[in-house]
Amino acid sequence: MGASMISLSWRSLLNRKVSALLTILAIALSVALFLGVDKTRKAARASFDNTISGTDLVVGAPSGQINLLLYSVFRIGNATAEISWGAFETLQNRPDIAWAVPVSLGDSHRGYRVMGTSQAYFEHYKYGRKQPLRFRDGQKFEDLFDAVIGAEVARELGYDLGTPLILTHGLGRGGLSDHDNRPFRIVGILAPTGTPVDRTIHVSVEAITAIHVGWETGARNPLADTISEEMIRSFDLTPKTVTAAFVGLENRATVLRTRRAINTNRSEPLQAIIPGQALAELWETIGAVENILLAISVFVVAVGLVSILTSILSSLNERRREMSILRATGAQPGHIFTLLISEAVLLGLMGAVLGVLLVQVLIFIAAPIMASQYGVALMNTGPSLTDLVTVGVVALAAFILGLVPALTAMRRSLSDGLTVRV
Amino acid sequence: MTEKVIEIRGLTYAWASQPLLLDISEFDISIGERVFLQGPSGSGKSTFLGLIAGVLEPQGGHLNIAGETLDRMKGPARDRLRADSLGVIFQMFNLVPYLSLLQNVTLPCRFSKKRFEAARDAGGPELEARRLLGRLGLQGDDILTRKVTDLSVGQQQRVAAARALIGKPRLIIADEPTSALDADTRDKFVELLSEEAERSSAALLFVSHDSGLAHLFDRAVDLSDINTAQAEIL
Repeated sequence: MGASMISLSWRSLLNRKVSALLTILAIALSVALFLGVDKTRKAARASFDNTISGTDLVVGAPSGQINLLLYSVFRIGNATAEISWGAFETLQNRPDIAWAVPVSLGDSHRGYRVMGTSQAYFEHYKYGRKQPLRFRDGQKFEDLFDAVIGAEVARELGYDLGTPLILTHGLGRGGLSDHDNRPFRIVGILAPTGTPVDRTIHVSVEAITAIHVGWETGARNPLADTISEEMIRSFDLTPKTVTAAFVGLENRATVLRTRRAINTNRSEPLQAIIPGQALAELWETIGAVENILLAISVFVVAVGLVSILTSILSSLNERRREMSILRATGAQPGHIFTLLISEAVLLGLMGAVLGVLLVQVLIFIAAPIMASQYGVALMNTGPSLTDLVTVGVVALAAFILGLVPALTAMRRSLSDGLTVRV
Repeated sequence: MTEKVIEIRGLTYAWASQPLLLDISEFDISIGERVFLQGPSGSGKSTFLGLIAGVLEPQGGHLNIAGETLDRMKGPARDRLRADSLGVIFQMFNLVPYLSLLQNVTLPCRFSKKRFEAARDAGGPELEARRLLGRLGLQGDDILTRKVTDLSVGQQQRVAAARALIGKPRLIIADEPTSALDADTRDKFVELLSEEAERSSAALLFVSHDSGLAHLFDRAVDLSDINTAQAEIL
């Protein structure tokens, strides 16, 4: 009885193509919204969580741990204050600290951030599951005006080893505030990591000092051009300040003690954060927003499902005659019930499957944009378990909603008798 | 004792909180008999047919259909008996709009194993459907592939007749099947239906208020003659 009635349901839906398609579309769009929000959320979380590992502490000027994490690791936003070179050196010399890498931010090149650091960065910075940075081409910076670029910078701007590079003061798009008198040379290109490193241009902290000679006021001093490269190389280019420091400990077990020692530093206010803990706090903050988004999309799915109910219920009256024909030719009330319930489930199922496909297509289109604009890697791994569960839940909900018209029609078919006066 | 397709003794029925509508002390139809049942509208004809078809549950008396005691059956059993033994033709709108013409004819084979098997033995439901339609004057792909909603009323009624006949049910019930037809098609339809019922040895209970058709049947009965409840109301 099942298969036969489902084939009847299918034909009945085909007979009401437009209404059925609209219902399916409503469900598909709502399911796509829900899955899209969920996938984006997971992808964002995964790519954030993967950005830094192996760094025990990040140290910067006190400004709140999420803020410090965002600007130093994710290159989002700007530092409100910096730490002195002296403070950095003190950190470096602490016995419980194995290594410390300076991070100096503030300049950019065609929208990509420039980071001043030391050669040690390439050894100690790790991402994902403690993976080190690898060079696709070339090597670390050696000379003052050498630069190492991330994979995306190389790909998007079409840069190769040896390409000259002009940095821009601040985060503008270039122009008046270009450091055009101090061109850099690309000596290394990093392999892709799926982290903000891909969108970063790495130079030495000394180079950052060098290009700012004559920029002490924040804008170019006309005299800056009169200082030759040789003169600059002869200066002491040790920076006065850096934005932050990445720190690795001798023994991870001392992380809390070391953090407290840094946080209570007397000579200069410092803030040390544990990246994992700061990330957890970040998710706690963002989590509320995520949950609201998710809740909204669940309600949208519910609205989509109600459209099944509307579409079937509104057709019931005009189908009274059809039901009595089926009854007259031998259909039992159970057949009528199965007919209507399978229409509801078919609508729900097709809508949900279409929604899953829609999301896959959207991810296919949006993944490159998301990756380049927001650094979020939307993994297109095909339908996931969540997709399957969603399809199942939608089908189940369609079944439950379908009970309303199915039971109504079943009851009516019993009381209508053989003939309906239409 | 001659076998009956319908055997009624003291059958009563009333709709909820309404006076007794039907009280039929005796009414029989023999195997293969063609009976014309007449009665003005509102006389309880449709209710009577609903009882015979097993869609309504009799409130008293005995009702045997095709040798089975309908009045003691539960709903599902009555449904099965109807599916197996009854072909029904309505006044109009007989067809399921989303099924093809042939699918409409073979519909009873979906619900009754017995009729499916009978049709299968006759060469398969679809072949049997084509044969019945052919005998009723509907043939050629031009007509058979048409949407059922595009058929004329006369054609629709013939499709309904083929559906009632498929799988050799013991009894065909026709509820005013000709009231939407013009005089020419009407006589032709009754003739064809009657012929085909005879060919498949099905009894025919033909309900109409048009007494002009009575002479085409073995026997004519007026519902008000057999229904004593009617007299009480009047």
